Amino acid sequence: MEVKEHKMTLLVNNKPDVLARIAGIFSGKGFNIESISANVTLDPEITKITLVTRGNTATVGKIEKQLRKLVDVLEFNLAGNDRTILREMVLVRVPYLEENREKIRKDIENFHCRTLRMESDHCILEVTGTLEEIDWVLKGLKPLGIEDLSRSGIIFLK
Amino acid sequence: MRLKGAQILIKALLEEGVDTIFGYPGGVVLDIYDELHKGQLRHILVRHEQGAAHAADGYARASGKAGVCLVTSGPGATNTVTGIATAYMDSIPLVVFTGQVSTALIGSDAFQEADITGITRPCTKHNYIVRRTEDLARTIKEAFYIARCGRPGPVLVDLPKDVAQGMAEYAPPEASPASFREPSYLPDTEALRQVIGMLRQAKRPVILTGGGIILGRASEDLRKFVRTTGVPITSTLMGLGAYPGTDPLWLGMPGMHGTYYANMAVSHADLIIAIGVRFDDRVTGRLSDFASQAKIVHIDIDPASINKNVLVDLPVVGDSRTVLHQLNQMLEQEKEAVPADDLRAWLRQIKEWKEYAPLFYGTGEKIKPQCVIETLYRLTGGEAVVATEVGQNQMWTAQFYHFNRPNQFLTSGGLGTMGYGFPAAIGAQIACPDRTVLDIAGDGSIQMNIQELATAVNYNVPVKVVILNNGFLGMVRQWQEIFYGRRYSHTNISQVPDFVKLAEAYGATGLRATRPEEMETVLKKGLETPGPVFMDMVVDPEEGVYPMVGPGAALTEMDLGRKNG
Repeated sequence: MEVKEHKMTLLVNNKPDVLARIAGIFSGKGFNIESISANVTLDPEITKITLVTRGNTATVGKIEKQLRKLVDVLEFNLAGNDRTILREMVLVRVPYLEENREKIRKDIENFHCRTLRMESDHCILEVTGTLEEIDWVLKGLKPLGIEDLSRSGIIFLK
Repeated sequence: MRLKGAQILIKALLEEGVDTIFGYPGGVVLDIYDELHKGQLRHILVRHEQGAAHAADGYARASGKAGVCLVTSGPGATNTVTGIATAYMDSIPLVVFTGQVSTALIGSDAFQEADITGITRPCTKHNYIVRRTEDLARTIKEAFYIARCGRPGPVLVDLPKDVAQGMAEYAPPEASPASFREPSYLPDTEALRQVIGMLRQAKRPVILTGGGIILGRASEDLRKFVRTTGVPITSTLMGLGAYPGTDPLWLGMPGMHGTYYANMAVSHADLIIAIGVRFDDRVTGRLSDFASQAKIVHIDIDPASINKNVLVDLPVVGDSRTVLHQLNQMLEQEKEAVPADDLRAWLRQIKEWKEYAPLFYGTGEKIKPQCVIETLYRLTGGEAVVATEVGQNQMWTAQFYHFNRPNQFLTSGGLGTMGYGFPAAIGAQIACPDRTVLDIAGDGSIQMNIQELATAVNYNVPVKVVILNNGFLGMVRQWQEIFYGRRYSHTNISQVPDFVKLAEAYGATGLRATRPEEMETVLKKGLETPGPVFMDMVVDPEEGVYPMVGPGAALTEMDLGRKNG
């Protein structure tokens, strides 16, 4: 069966053990969570969790049913291809040296990066975009020698 | 009214209609035990916390009510885990209260601290840690609601010592907790019409039922459905008793140790109406060959059970009793639910299968374990509540005690927990004091919770334990015989205690039969003796359970045993 990426959001009660319950359903099926992002909604009692996992569609369907059974899961949504806006943010630290300054300035412009910090030896850049855009930017920045990076995990809205 | 946490717990339990709890005291639950000392609630003191969980489970299965147990923190809590997992696999409503160290100490590796909510997360329907006394009453209400509703299951409530000691205002909470969604009990009427349509076209239909009939209290509606349609019926281990095991349309159990005719019927059916089953691997055999000629209708309260193992043609989410009741109503307008000529031919075929390979066992110089079960069936008029341990004793009981009513057969079907039967039988006897309650055990499994004999004697719980003593871990031995070239690695346990003396040492009655001609007399005497009795039946050591479908084989690939095979 076809293995592909599945993106989902869950509205859950904002309680300490809820994330562990959700993670348990994935690990119980031998599924890895590729990315996860969580924060409270306008209602501070309710948290929205966005998850990405890889697997065949049938198994993801089983995971969905198990998630829906959790007492603290209030709502479940799978991202579709239709009118779903997906974004991820990444922070990248690259060396800022005499010999690559020109290239960095060009890359910042080409890749629409925001410069968050610029110091004599390094700079920190922010990129927001779709998964593909971020992968493309990271590939482009790689020759500069990426020192470290943090990815937020995707979030989406329909 | 301002009350102490421990008082709130007892009050809330009484509000839920709880009359008996099974437990074992310890440091952090002393305040609760001090409250129990007032005697508002019956507390059965077990001898090991695993026994408390199984006894509460047996009480729940026999009575149809939620079972309740109370244990202390740390080892007290972890000792219940096997019992909780057993109830979880079989969807039994339990509410387990565990003590916890004071909230200020949680996470400090305090004495007798264990993260029991973390440990039981994958084997409870839900669990709670109560952090404030004012949350206690509402939490208990929710716990019972969740344990009982939809597909039932165990719920654990962890109670820190300071929560039991603290004071809070008590008012009985709302009937149904707003934070939890009611599961869907009502089936889709269109789907039910399709079921009727499929029946109308079926030539070789079979009804396959499971524990969902018993949990859903749908036995009466099921009987009516079978009577109206005339369709033959088979049931998984968990569903035995929901349909009378003596009825002509009854096929016995399917699966690994199912009857030849149930397995043949399922394998040759063109329509299977499955109700309250979860298509366990012991039932289906090799999945790719399971009911390969049949359209499958799957009726279940739990959407996650549907299309989990077996892909079905028509899923129906709903409560078994409501679904069957509505199907029965719809059938009232039908002249002929299933084409009569085809059904007659199908029943004729099934009759041939029944005659070709009925359940059988041989005779010999040693007591045949199957004969012990048949004799017990006869002596108890088929009316006893019967618990089993796990292994050969369990399968022989399922095959040879023809259960006639729901809540009569208590067995660890999903988890397969040795040591389940004896404490479960104690719990069942406490729920049904006027019935004969049996535990059919092996010499291996009875030793796994034998300490509960003290509980049985203590409260004069007259459970009759019949030990099929073959000196082996019999089912594992049987697999070694068939699949591992008779290399009986670590399954010979002939070094067993003298069960008669052991029973006497505890203050119970012990009896023994070693020859076939003694067997019935000993069983009769044991059943007539008041109080708890151990009956040590020294049986044929190498008797096997047949028919047998090997692991990974198709249901039609049956080994019928030495005579026919």
